[in-house]
Amino acid sequence: MKHLNLPSYLDQAPEVKDRFDRIKQRPVTLEVKNLNKHFKSTQGGQEKTVTALKDVNLKIHKREFVCVIGPSGCGKSTLIRILAGLEQASAGQVLLNGEEVTKPGPERGMVFQGYTLFPWLTVKENIMFGLRESGYDKGTAEGEAREWINLIGLERFENNYPHQLSGGMKQRVAIARALANRPKILLMDEPFGALDAQTRAKMQAYLLEIWKNIDITVFFITHDLDEAVYLADRILVLKANPGEVQELVEVPVPQPRSPEQFLSPEFLATKQHIEDLIHPPVEDDDDDHLNLVRMVHVNDDVGSVF
Amino acid sequence: MPLLSVNKRMEPSNRKLVTLASFGLPILLWTLISYVPFLWHPQVKVTEPGSVSYFREDMLVDKELFYQELDKAEQTNAALPQGDPANPVYLPAPHEVITAFYTSFTTEPKRRSENWLHESLWSSIQVIFWGFVLSSIIGIPMGILAGTYDFFSRLFEPFIEFFRYLPAPAFGALAVAILGIYQAPKIAIIFIGTFFQQVLVVANTTRKLDPSLLEAAQTLGAKNKSMLFRVVLPGILPDLYRDTRILLGWAWTYLIVAELIGTSSGITWFITQQARYKNFDNVFAAIIIIGIMGLTIDLLLAWLGRRLFPWQKN
Repeated sequence: MKHLNLPSYLDQAPEVKDRFDRIKQRPVTLEVKNLNKHFKSTQGGQEKTVTALKDVNLKIHKREFVCVIGPSGCGKSTLIRILAGLEQASAGQVLLNGEEVTKPGPERGMVFQGYTLFPWLTVKENIMFGLRESGYDKGTAEGEAREWINLIGLERFENNYPHQLSGGMKQRVAIARALANRPKILLMDEPFGALDAQTRAKMQAYLLEIWKNIDITVFFITHDLDEAVYLADRILVLKANPGEVQELVEVPVPQPRSPEQFLSPEFLATKQHIEDLIHPPVEDDDDDHLNLVRMVHVNDDVGSVF
Repeated sequence: MPLLSVNKRMEPSNRKLVTLASFGLPILLWTLISYVPFLWHPQVKVTEPGSVSYFREDMLVDKELFYQELDKAEQTNAALPQGDPANPVYLPAPHEVITAFYTSFTTEPKRRSENWLHESLWSSIQVIFWGFVLSSIIGIPMGILAGTYDFFSRLFEPFIEFFRYLPAPAFGALAVAILGIYQAPKIAIIFIGTFFQQVLVVANTTRKLDPSLLEAAQTLGAKNKSMLFRVVLPGILPDLYRDTRILLGWAWTYLIVAELIGTSSGITWFITQQARYKNFDNVFAAIIIIGIMGLTIDLLLAWLGRRLFPWQKN
């Protein structure tokens, strides 16, 4: 892409700039303040402290779609698990609508990469799980669950067990199950990572459709650049060792998004910029190549692949 | 497809055939040894005592002894003893055991105080049942608690880990002293043999539940109590059922020892009694009945399991 003449990712069309200004006027849904996370790990009998996250600060506004991207080991999973309350921060605070997060709760829905549907419950019962936990009676919970099932288009499967569904369908159920609780924020940890390319594209479209129509803020972890640029209002780029915020990128691609935008100049420019951030151009690394010599006979009928 | 290929299922017809052979081969071996005279047959069954003073009709003598006496009779020109090669009394032929299946049920006990076979069997089943049920009522909840909460794991498991190395039969004398000589000490032995393994096995099964399911439940708002009853319990149920099936098999293996404690009773009493009368065909029949009952119960539970847990893939 280097030879393409791309605009700067910082150039925003007037309507895009206007939208970001309006987003910043919205109330803050999630605030992360000076978040730090250390692990103790023993390597070779020696105990040492590993810093997974260092001084992370972040404000996410109401109904904003934020993607998180970064190299492996940048602590993005740790970050989302702290937001969910599944792990405790070593220092700093997470505030949801001004209230501190200390433990998991239904106001922060979570979708995991591994689906995590309860295998002993049917599709309908899975979606009812959270509703029943929040004290709805069976009839009401069932009614709501049915509405969600209609919404994700799985009416024919409402009495099926998870093992009878495809990966895409399972993830749709998992999203509906989280949303049925009416959370303030939907935390998604590489939710489409295990899906094939075609299903993934479909799921991205579904998710955007849901986000457009429902009062929900999305915090979405991915390692797929295209996915991040396509879905996000803003992209949080993390750096590894220690996990730090490298940049919070405002995506200049106009909303609403559609797959045709994948080749638009703004899209490519943003992608290029993030690519450079997470894979900085390195000088030839001597350790990182294969020690191959020619192993094909010169007179072989296919002597060269070129 | 070849019969031997790593980690591949055989064709259905071959599978059935090999399953049959699994039972067929041992029975074939038994049949051959029983009916083919030159295979083994270390003794001779006397049909005609001849001049040998201590031979009686139907008496079993060692082959060597028989031929010695035969030689002696030949040299003295006395009447020759006659006999057929035979197996020792402790290896009855298949047809004798098959008859014994029927006759052991219809033969009246020798003394009035003794039990019919079906009564003995019923007594054995009761001992197993109560021993196993009592162990499960206490052991399964303890195992689930230990697998769910580290607190209970540390509280229960170290002691149980120690106790399970103590052989259950070693408590026989103690059980009789405390519980008397009838059914109670026998149930106690089954209990001791099952309980300690059960807690540890169930705890392990509980620990193997996918932790991400627990995390998902937490993010959906589940609290401690519903985590236990709405996630852990249904989550481990199929595995718990399978563990219970395996443990029930172990309980059966403790039966014979348990029934020797105090007054011998049940199927064990029947076996020892019949062995004393040298009715080894009945002994074999009784042993095979235990096997058949165990296998039948296991197959039944397996079939029931497939019906109880429709969400399981297999």
